[in-house]
Amino acid sequence: MIKETSNKSKGKSPSGDSGADHATLSDIFNQDEPRVNWHDETLWFVRTKRDKAVNTIPEWELLRETASQIKHNVLSNLSAYLEQFEEKAIANGVQVHWAADAKEHNEIVHSILKKHSINRMVKSKSMLTEECHLNDYLSKNGVEVIDTDLGERIVQLADEPPSHIVLPCIHKKKEEIGDLFHIHLGTAAGEADPQVLTEAARQDLRSAFLTRRAALTGVNFAVAETGEIVVCTNEGNADMGVHLADVHIASMGIEKIIPERKHLGFFLRLLTRSATGQPITTYSSHFKKPRPGQEMHIILVDNGRSRQLGREDFRNSLKCIRCGACMNTCPVYRRSGGHSYHYAISGPIGAILAPNLDMKKYADLPFASTLCGSCSNVCPVKIDIHDQLYKWRQVLVKEGHVSPVKAAGMKGMAWMFSFPALFNIAGKSGRWFMKYFPFMVSNKLNPWYKEREMPAPPKESFREWYARREKNNRK
Amino acid sequence: MRVGLFIPCYVDQFYPNAAIATLQLLEKFGVDVVFPKKQTCCGQPMANSGFSHLSSECDELFVENFSEFDYIVCPSGSCVLHIKDHLHSAKSPDKAKAIRKKVFELVEFLTDILEIKELKAKFPFKVGIHQSCHGQRGLKLSQMSELVAPKFSKPETLLKMVDGLELINLTRVDECCGFGGTFCVAEEAVSSKMGKDRVADHIQNGAEYITGADLSCLMHMEGILKRQKSNVKVIHIAEILNADPNP
Ligand code: SF4
Repeated sequence: MIKETSNKSKGKSPSGDSGADHATLSDIFNQDEPRVNWHDETLWFVRTKRDKAVNTIPEWELLRETASQIKHNVLSNLSAYLEQFEEKAIANGVQVHWAADAKEHNEIVHSILKKHSINRMVKSKSMLTEECHLNDYLSKNGVEVIDTDLGERIVQLADEPPSHIVLPCIHKKKEEIGDLFHIHLGTAAGEADPQVLTEAARQDLRSAFLTRRAALTGVNFAVAETGEIVVCTNEGNADMGVHLADVHIASMGIEKIIPERKHLGFFLRLLTRSATGQPITTYSSHFKKPRPGQEMHIILVDNGRSRQLGREDFRNSLKCIRCGACMNTCPVYRRSGGHSYHYAISGPIGAILAPNLDMKKYADLPFASTLCGSCSNVCPVKIDIHDQLYKWRQVLVKEGHVSPVKAAGMKGMAWMFSFPALFNIAGKSGRWFMKYFPFMVSNKLNPWYKEREMPAPPKESFREWYARREKNNRK
Repeated sequence: MRVGLFIPCYVDQFYPNAAIATLQLLEKFGVDVVFPKKQTCCGQPMANSGFSHLSSECDELFVENFSEFDYIVCPSGSCVLHIKDHLHSAKSPDKAKAIRKKVFELVEFLTDILEIKELKAKFPFKVGIHQSCHGQRGLKLSQMSELVAPKFSKPETLLKMVDGLELINLTRVDECCGFGGTFCVAEEAVSSKMGKDRVADHIQNGAEYITGADLSCLMHMEGILKRQKSNVKVIHIAEILNADPNP
C-alpha cells in the first residue's frame, strides 16, 4: 500500500468537470507539501537533462529559429500544404478524412471501426484524442480502447486524464503504480520495482497487440511533399499496434504539417532534446502507405485550430510540437500538477490553447502564471508563450470573464493613480498602498498573510524624505 | 545629463532606503537627478491583471512627468520592462515612444550608460543574487539559463566591485520567486510555495543577504523570511552599491 504520501491528491482526478479553477486545484495539490517537493524535483530533473542535451549543440538557438520559421511558413500557407498532403496521401492508397471538430473526429473513428465490425482497439499516444475525449466516446458506443503507451496505460487504469503531454503519469509515484497493477494486472501486493511493473505491463499489452484488429496512432509530423506521417515513440508501441492490425487510423491536428522531408531533421533534433534530454526518440517511424491487405486512414482535425490561426496574437501557438519542455520548466506547473489545469493539455501551452476552445471555462488559465518567461525560452519552436498569456488576460477581461469584484478594484486603482494629488494625500494619511493593493492588508482572510509577513511601513516615504531634503537644501 | 528618477509606488511607500540609495548613487557618479513629484504608478499591476485598457491615464501622466529628461532611471526591473513594452499615449505618441527608449533599470544604467568600472563600497557579507524574471528575461540583465549562449550578469559585474562581498552560488540560478503581481494572492498556494523554495535555495547555499534589482521579488521573499523568523535579510542592490566604504 502507499505509505509515504497522504492521499489528498489521489483518486479520480479533477478533469475540469468539477468546475474548480486552477487556484483551487493547486491549493488542494499543495496541502501535501512533501509531494509537491517530489513533483517539483522530478520535473526539474527533466529540465536539467534538457539543459545538458541542448548545451551539446552549439547551433541550438539557430535550430530553434529555423524550426520556428518553417512552422511560420506552414501556418501562412496551411490550406495549400494540407491539400498537397491529402493528394499525396490518397495517391499512396490512404483514405483521408476531414473533421471540423472533436465530435466529427470521434464519429469518423467509430464509423471506420463499425464498418469492420471491430469493438476493441489499441491506441498509441495521441494528445489529440485526449483533446477530443475519444476514449469516453468510444466506450459509450461499446468500443474498448487500450492505451499502449506505458504512461497512458497507467493513467487509463487509474481512470485519470494524463497530467503531462509527454509524461502522462508523472504525477504518480511508483508505489501507486504498483497498487494499480496489483488490482488490474495481478502483480504482487506491494511490488513497486519499475522493472517488474514494466514487464507486467508489457506482457499484458502484448496480448492486446496480438488480438486487436485496429490501431490508432497520433501523428508528430505530416510531410506535405510525400503524404507520409511520422510517429515518434520510445516504446515502439505505435509500430507494434500498426503492424499487427488490419486497420490503421492516424489522427492529426491540421497544424502537424511540415512542407518537405528535409525539414524533418530540424524537428527530430529539437523534439526529444527539449522533451527529455534524449538525442532522438527511440522510434521515429514513417508511415506512408498501407501494407497489402491493410487499410490506412488519416483524419485531419481542426477543432478550433482555424479559429486560433485567425487570432493574430495567438496563431503562433499552433507551432507547438508537443515536447512538454514548457511544462517541465514552469515553476507553477511543477508546483501545481498537470491536473490543476483541468484541460487535456496542461501547463503554459495548455493555458494559451484552452481559452481558444472555451473562454469562459478556461478563463482562469492565463492567470495561472507569474509571466516569468522561462517557457518561451525553452520552447523549441520559439512560441512567445508568456506574451500570449499576457495578451489572453487582456482579451478575457474585455470579454467579461473576470470577476466583477476584481474589475471594480482595478478601476478604483486606475482612477487613483491618475490623480497625483490624491495619491499624495492618501500617502500621508497612512499607507494608501495598504488600501489599494489588496494583498497588503494584514488579516487572516488575506491570502498574502497566510505564509508571508507584511513589509514594515517605514517612518517616512521616499517622497516625504525627498521633500524634506529639498527644504533643507533651500535653507 | 539630466535623469528623471522613477520610484515605483510600493518602493516609495515601503522601501524608501532603496530609493534614497539609488538617488545618492547616481549623484555620486555626477548625474543630475530629479524626482518628479507628480509621479504615481506605471500601470503594471492593472495591465498584468488584464486591465491594460484602464491604464491610459496612468500612461499619460507618466509621459507628462518624464518626457523632459535625457534618461529615466528606476530601481525596479519589472516596472521598467512594463514602460518599455507597454507605454502608449494618445496625446503624445512620439514622447511615449522616446520614453520607451530612454527608460533604464538602475543596474543596466550603471553598466551600459555610465559604464562604471569601479565603486567605493564595502559590504562584508555572503550575498545571493535573485535574478528577477522581468529584469533577467525581459531586460536581459543576465544570461538566461535556458539558452545556449555565453554567460553574463550585469548585477554580478557590479557586485564584484564591492569590497568584502562574497557571492554565493545557487542550485537553481534563475527560478522565479512566485510574486507575479496579483498572482501572489490569486494563486496564494503556488506563490507561497515558490517563495519558500526560492528562499530555501539561498539559505542552503549560505546567503546572509538576498539582493536583486527588483523590490517586488525582494518584498515577497522578505515576507517569507520574516514569517520563518530567519536571520537572512533582503536588500536592494542599490543599497549595497551605495554602502559606506569605511563602515
Ligand atoms: S509550447 Fe513549445 S515548449 Fe511547450 S510543448 Fe509546445 S513546443 Fe514544447
